[in-house]
Amino acid sequence: MIVIPAPASQIPVIELSGVGYTYHGPPPVQALHRLDLAIRAGEHVAVMGPSGSGKSTLLNLVGLLDRPTQGRLLINGMDMGAAPERTRAAVRARSIGFVFQAFHLLPHRSAVENVMLAEVYADIPRRRRRAEAMTALERVGLAARATALPTALSGGERQRVAIARALVNRPSLLLCDEPTGNLDTVTTGEISELLLDLHAGGSTLLVITHNPAVAERASRRLAICDGRLMEYQAGGRGGGPSA
Amino acid sequence: MAGHRREKYGELAGPRLRPRDLGTEVLAGLLQRPGRSALTMLGTVLGIGAFVAIVGLSQVASGQIGKQFNTLGATQVTVVDVAAARAHTPTLDFPPNADALVSRIHGVLGAGVWWPIIFQRATVSVLPGPGEQSWGMPVDAVSPGLLPASGAHLSSGVLINQFDESHTQNVAVLGQSAAAQLHISNLANAPAIFIAGQPFTVIGIITGDARLPQFNFGVAIPESTALRLWGLPNGQAAQMLIHTRLGAAHVVAQQAPVAIRPDNPTLLSALAPANLGHLQHAVTTNLNTLFLALAGISLVVGAVGIANTTLVAVLERAGEIGLRRALGARPRHIGMQFLAESTALGLFGGLIGSACGVVTILTVTIAHHWTALLDPRLVAVAPLAGGVIGLLAGLYPALRASALEPAEALRR
Ligand SMILES: Nc1ncnc2c1ncn2[C@@H]1O[C@H](COP(=O)(O)OP(=O)(O)OP(=O)(O)O)[C@@H](O)[C@H]1O
Ligand SMILES: [Mg+2]
Repeated sequence: MIVIPAPASQIPVIELSGVGYTYHGPPPVQALHRLDLAIRAGEHVAVMGPSGSGKSTLLNLVGLLDRPTQGRLLINGMDMGAAPERTRAAVRARSIGFVFQAFHLLPHRSAVENVMLAEVYADIPRRRRRAEAMTALERVGLAARATALPTALSGGERQRVAIARALVNRPSLLLCDEPTGNLDTVTTGEISELLLDLHAGGSTLLVITHNPAVAERASRRLAICDGRLMEYQAGGRGGGPSA
Repeated sequence: MAGHRREKYGELAGPRLRPRDLGTEVLAGLLQRPGRSALTMLGTVLGIGAFVAIVGLSQVASGQIGKQFNTLGATQVTVVDVAAARAHTPTLDFPPNADALVSRIHGVLGAGVWWPIIFQRATVSVLPGPGEQSWGMPVDAVSPGLLPASGAHLSSGVLINQFDESHTQNVAVLGQSAAAQLHISNLANAPAIFIAGQPFTVIGIITGDARLPQFNFGVAIPESTALRLWGLPNGQAAQMLIHTRLGAAHVVAQQAPVAIRPDNPTLLSALAPANLGHLQHAVTTNLNTLFLALAGISLVVGAVGIANTTLVAVLERAGEIGLRRALGARPRHIGMQFLAESTALGLFGGLIGSACGVVTILTVTIAHHWTALLDPRLVAVAPLAGGVIGLLAGLYPALRASALEPAEALRR
């Protein structure tokens, strides 16, 4: 049912060539300048940069929440910048998982119901949804709080529910926009451990973070400044493949 | 390359939203703010309720008006002494036996002559003498047949009879209100009243009916006594009231002047019941148009309420819209969700409103002892009308919701 062709190692999961983005304004703001980037399957990429540098804009483009105003954006080899909305929606539903800084949980639904919401649009049969949502909650260690409302959960627990929701359809790509931005140090550690687990499990991760401790654990780090992207070479663990 | 790409897009059918899932989402959306949903429905409840109540009541009322017109109008003929009305001197063109002459016509149930006796000042008193308190109540001369023909209800005593008439007795029958004014309730010891100084014995108290309701407030005395004391009718001309069987009125009206005055029927003129069918139709059509306009206004108010709340919900739930889009919802799924929410609000509002409307109709109908008439089409159509109103009210907000860009929506 998942129709994204399995990427051969030479086809990048994400490929940007000359991608630029301008907010219409007024006044118009050029948030991204002609980016070139390729991320292969299984990479764990952290993007760092000062506030206003264009990180969220980049993630919105990669996550198909917005369309580039310049250049080409390929996901699994398919040009998604020009694809019709229904195709982009299908890719979002089945191949991309999102984790937001603000969690974006529906306040009147329990943890497991929030996870199940992702299954509605991915066309998972109704009778399988709860079981799969529970499996996802188990993966993030929250099975015991499945029936709790978000208001009854701590910040870290809420983010874990959001991660379970991002995971439940087994997307090939997980996009996180400052997943620990609203969390304290201890909880940030837990969440970044969880992301490492997911990466170890084979997911491709693109994580935006201000937190050097979170970025340090990525296999590859990118810096973005004033809408321009550069590979981060200094330090780091393992030294991921450079672009 | 292009063909290759299209092939891949083709494989990627857009995400579906099953009707059951849509239903679940809509219900959850409405129930997460039950208070607001209820308040939003209130407009439609009132609108549809008013609509059902107004249309239903106007149907009941027009049925009721029809009934009164039928029983009163279709069974009544009035014969007017037109010659007397034209004459300059007091005249009476009804012979003393007019009641009996008319009663021979086939279809006549009762008939009687009457005329008001005009006095210069208040004339009726309980005690004689010029200094006593007196009342200006109407005094009418009536033939023995009149009160039965008018359908007056005798609440105590007896009516004026043929003996009183032929012996020009000083007897009087009081209307109920007049009796109350004169403090006369017990007829056992033959109370007396004075009309322009003339003593009369009160023999009966009546309640006038819808044909001659003014008899409630006045005094009726025998025709012959009036003629003896005060002469021929000197104000309004005499007239005859004929009570006919249903459907006989027109024939009776044609025959009555000839039966009363075979020598000169043109002295009299019989008024057949107006063609009340037309009148009734005109009245009810006007009422219905007015009522429907009012109901329409309340429905528009209800629709604006739903549109407003749905629009507010769209703006408020921008984050949720962005999230759903990020999870793979297509613009049409978002639009359908809000459209279905507003339609459901309208439909529920319509259902509750119809129920309230029916309860209102029943309450009013029972309170007035009317016959409840309810068009079943009205009860079936009203909730659907609520749904349609919700649908129309939701169009613009749904369009706004579906046009929201996901990245933009998530930022809100
Ligand atoms: N809707 C918008 N309209 C106009 N300009 C915008 C809009 N959103 C963002 N920008 C501008 O685009 C640039 C990049 O914004 P972006 O949100 O991508 O930054 P960021 O790196 O995510 O910052 P932060 O770390 O604070 O989240 C900024 O200069 C910002 O002012
Ligand atoms: Mg940001």
